[in-house]
Amino acid sequence: MSEAIVSLRNVDKRYVRGKQSVEVLKGLSLDIAKGEFVALMGPSGSGKTTLLNLIGGLDTATAGEITVAGQRLDKLGSGALARWRARHVGFVFQFYNLMPMLTAQRNVELPLLLTNLTGSQRKANALAALTLVGIADRAKHKPNELSGGQAQRVAIARALVADPTLLVCDEPTGDLDRKSADEVLHLLQILNREHGKTIVMVTHDPKAAEFASRQLHMDKGALLEAATLAA
Amino acid sequence: MKYFPLLWATLWRKKTRTIFTLLSMIVAFLLFGILETVDYAFAHPSGGATGADKLITTNKYSITLALPFSYTQQIRSVPGVAEVTWISWFGAYYQESKNFIFALPVDTGTYFNLHKDEFIVSAEHMQAYRNTRTGALVSSKLMKKFGWKVGDKVPLHSTIWTQKKDGSLDWIFDIVGTFDAKDPTQASQQAQTLLFHYDLFDEGRSFGKGTVGWFEERVDDPTQSAATSSKIDALFANSSNETKTQPAKEFALAFIKQLGDIGFVLRAILGAVFFTLLFLTGNTMMQSVRERIPELAVLKTIGFGDGIVLGLVIGESLLLCLIAAAIGLGLSFLALPIIRLGLQGVELSPTALIPGFGAAVLLALIVGTPPALRAMRLNIVDALADKR
Repeated sequence: MSEAIVSLRNVDKRYVRGKQSVEVLKGLSLDIAKGEFVALMGPSGSGKTTLLNLIGGLDTATAGEITVAGQRLDKLGSGALARWRARHVGFVFQFYNLMPMLTAQRNVELPLLLTNLTGSQRKANALAALTLVGIADRAKHKPNELSGGQAQRVAIARALVADPTLLVCDEPTGDLDRKSADEVLHLLQILNREHGKTIVMVTHDPKAAEFASRQLHMDKGALLEAATLAA
Repeated sequence: MKYFPLLWATLWRKKTRTIFTLLSMIVAFLLFGILETVDYAFAHPSGGATGADKLITTNKYSITLALPFSYTQQIRSVPGVAEVTWISWFGAYYQESKNFIFALPVDTGTYFNLHKDEFIVSAEHMQAYRNTRTGALVSSKLMKKFGWKVGDKVPLHSTIWTQKKDGSLDWIFDIVGTFDAKDPTQASQQAQTLLFHYDLFDEGRSFGKGTVGWFEERVDDPTQSAATSSKIDALFANSSNETKTQPAKEFALAFIKQLGDIGFVLRAILGAVFFTLLFLTGNTMMQSVRERIPELAVLKTIGFGDGIVLGLVIGESLLLCLIAAAIGLGLSFLALPIIRLGLQGVELSPTALIPGFGAAVLLALIVGTPPALRAMRLNIVDALADKR
């Protein structure tokens, strides 16, 4: 395995809700190599999304070490973590989470607002990202004028536009029909294979998981097995 | 500036709500601008140059208390006083009490000398006025209002002065001419004015003979107005009729203020307007942020820091308030000429609108900060949990 871009060591995650403490992850250790496309599978409540949140720097572990792209995330404060996310992680959500009042191009430009690029550079980069995902002709359309598949492509373009180290996808095909889902998964595969993007994807769909290069199964906060699939 | 398109788009996310909120705020800022302008005018009576060389001398204790006519010569002897005239409040209306007439008994020679170059009166009308004891010179606007013509006899009902001959309150005047004011500001102030002979008034009234309501002076050097005022008042200090001399503008305002504490009333209304704006805008902002929790969470997810999110929400609030303030205050600026017509004797300045923008910024900060803090403290995982 090449160098690990994601490394978790003995990670615990507990949520406290009122007087109740719920242990979601227990002593979890995991390495993901640069350039891997990993599918995280498991039943609801198994801790997949929590693990994804920890890897993406959206949440902090209760115990253990998390290193992503060479950075110990458990050592960063919220401001530094936000800057780190902007630089290293692109997020894709099940329901796309595009800004409804912005055009596709403006949505894709959002992460670039955090850079020093000029307006014209931001626009050019956003159009390049939209072209990469095959939806440049919809640049001026708003999310409500796009199909689910198209909206998810825009969301992927937004995740890619700042050239992140890692793509984190939470059920990216959960709201799509089979055909659109396959197109999106194929796109993710291309990004992984041809552009070398490391992708961690949570999915319930075994067919979606087949597009990944490795499948990880979780249950009750622990990894059950890891199967590396032949490319 | 790079965040402006995002702010602008966010503002118009719910077009109908934004339009109605803006309309409400525009009306509030329009009212704010008008009241602020009037309040400013009352608070800064000597702001303009008009009438800077005019002084008014009244009874020290009340304008309703008369002064002896004999003061005229003493005032005239004060160095710096170029002319003195005397006037009394006639308190008249035409036919019905709602038809108020600003009827003033004036001494023709001294009054028109003091106000030289302020009136436009034809030589023919002025001569007719001088020659007619019961003659009246009437503002052309007032003539038009009541459909009067030169040559008409008009009865005016005084609310104060009974006539010596029969005890009647009704005085009859012959309209012998019309006048207009050269200065447009003065024109609006003179719109209700009718001038008639002081001699007729003094000899015809059943009481108060030999007294005047107030004196009006023109000074040689307006910069010495305060010193001249002091000298006039010093002449009558410790007499049975002490005087109070002040710039004409302040006198006009004091006259209007007899209606009540105008400043307090205006500030109370301004306070109510501002308070209403607080609730209106605050509610809109809270609702707007509440609806956008998932969107704000997405912004934070892709790397927008707490400070940027805080700034975006406050920026949105500022944008909303400043747009409303610009339009509302702009409309109140356009309304100034109309307000001038209704507020004779008060000079309105657009400068008074500037605090309106300050109020808009203050309002934006007050209503924007609570939702901005909420957005800043948003827990990404919890906020996304509802909609991933």
